[in-house]
Amino acid sequence: MKLITAIVKPFKLDDVKDALKAAGVQGITVSEVRGFGRQGGHSETYRGAEYKIDFVPKVRLELVVDDSSVDAVIAAIKASANTGKIGDGKIWVASVDRLVRIRTGEEGPDAI
Amino acid sequence: MESGNIAWVLISAALVLFMTPGLAFFYGGMDRNRNVLNMLMMNFYCVLIIPILWVAVGYSLSQTPFDNDFIGGFDSFFLKDITVAGDGMSLAIVAFLGMFAAITPALISGAVADRMKFSAWAIFVPVWSLLVYVPVFKWVYGGWLADRGSIDFAGGTAIHVNAGIAALAAVMVLGKRKSAPTPPHSMPLVMIGTGILWFGWFGFNAGSALAANGAAAQAFMNTFLAAAAAGLAWILIEWLRDGHPTNLGAASGIVAGLVAITPAAGYVSGPSPIFIGLIAGVICCYAVRLKHKFGYDDALDVVGVHFVGGLVGSLLIGFFANPSFFDGAFMEGIFYGGSAKLLLEQAIANGAAIVWSFVLTYGIMVALKKTIGVRVSEESEAGGLDLAEHGETAYHGAQ
Repeated sequence: MKLITAIVKPFKLDDVKDALKAAGVQGITVSEVRGFGRQGGHSETYRGAEYKIDFVPKVRLELVVDDSSVDAVIAAIKASANTGKIGDGKIWVASVDRLVRIRTGEEGPDAI
Repeated sequence: MESGNIAWVLISAALVLFMTPGLAFFYGGMDRNRNVLNMLMMNFYCVLIIPILWVAVGYSLSQTPFDNDFIGGFDSFFLKDITVAGDGMSLAIVAFLGMFAAITPALISGAVADRMKFSAWAIFVPVWSLLVYVPVFKWVYGGWLADRGSIDFAGGTAIHVNAGIAALAAVMVLGKRKSAPTPPHSMPLVMIGTGILWFGWFGFNAGSALAANGAAAQAFMNTFLAAAAAGLAWILIEWLRDGHPTNLGAASGIVAGLVAITPAAGYVSGPSPIFIGLIAGVICCYAVRLKHKFGYDDALDVVGVHFVGGLVGSLLIGFFANPSFFDGAFMEGIFYGGSAKLLLEQAIANGAAIVWSFVLTYGIMVALKKTIGVRVSEESEAGGLDLAEHGETAYHGAQ
């Protein structure tokens, strides 16, 4: 089992969600986050004074999938979140040691 | 006719009361998210303490006996002898003027944001009102400055210049904030506040005719036009200079225009309010940058908008006053065939208000600093005044 985490542009969230559903994903957890990568932040001007906004709003998606689905899920996110402009985000994959469905107590791939 | 007059003054009084929450949102939105409730409370506190003070002694000391040049007396202590006899207008006027007394110290709250102890503010407001607002109000409305020939329709000198220069004195004693200024935490709140202020300002200015008459209608029109012209001027400058017309620029311009037309509202006509608004919008748009140059920490630009805007509007009366239009007993401005006498009197009146307000405010703040202290602890300042001073938070979650 793998944990796939993706950071995407907030306005791309619906497209990514649709693409993941189409790829057969059962569930996603989404959080609003802020951060910076190579895109950096931006500046805002209030009453003529400039303020540097270092952390730009992004959306983080987290989903646990079976090893066999990893490539399809990455492909779906990559295609749907891509705008071709700087700041499109990142996807990373980590191994998951244990997964438990709280309601039934099922464990491992059965709990996905 | 009397019933029409009293109806308009009572409605205007309610409109002016509504300006204090408007100001609270205007400032609160500009403030940081961990101090917004403290800002709202500093404003709302003014409409808790001042009405009582006003009825007890403020009105009496600021008005009666009318012939006194410098300060009134105790003739109307707790509204003694003010009755509902006749049309009840004298009572309506006490209420109307009480609303002005309430919002004036509230203006200062924007300067001292993010660091002033609420207990110090709680004492500052009534003391400042009695020692600074009341005498200056008396000088301007029925005292020596009025006798000399200066005019102030709805409180450019008595309210905006007075509170604006007091804000400068207050932050000079208070000192700078520990952490760097942040952008407005909620621009929508700022815009709501601006809308409420503009709405209420029709009562502030047109109500100051104290009658439902032509002067009220012209003051209403002037309030409409000057705010629009100043807001327009401000966003045009931003657009050309900084690249974007901002909401905060529009809001700041509207307020600067409203401040500038306040002293002139019942004395100018025709296109004059548009010129006054444009001039005030341009000057205030640059004046808010003075704090960066001179290093005083006027958090939300009370000096740049209220002091400068009020002074500009009051001095422009010296050019634009048009007594023949109003059939009024005041001097002509330079553009209407007058001499520079009115301009000189306007300068003297503002100079007197500036000196009195600055010196007394500085003194009150130093006295507070040496006794109960005026600043919150560094820990409270870092963690937010909402929680430290009021035990509340505006937004639950990460601050």
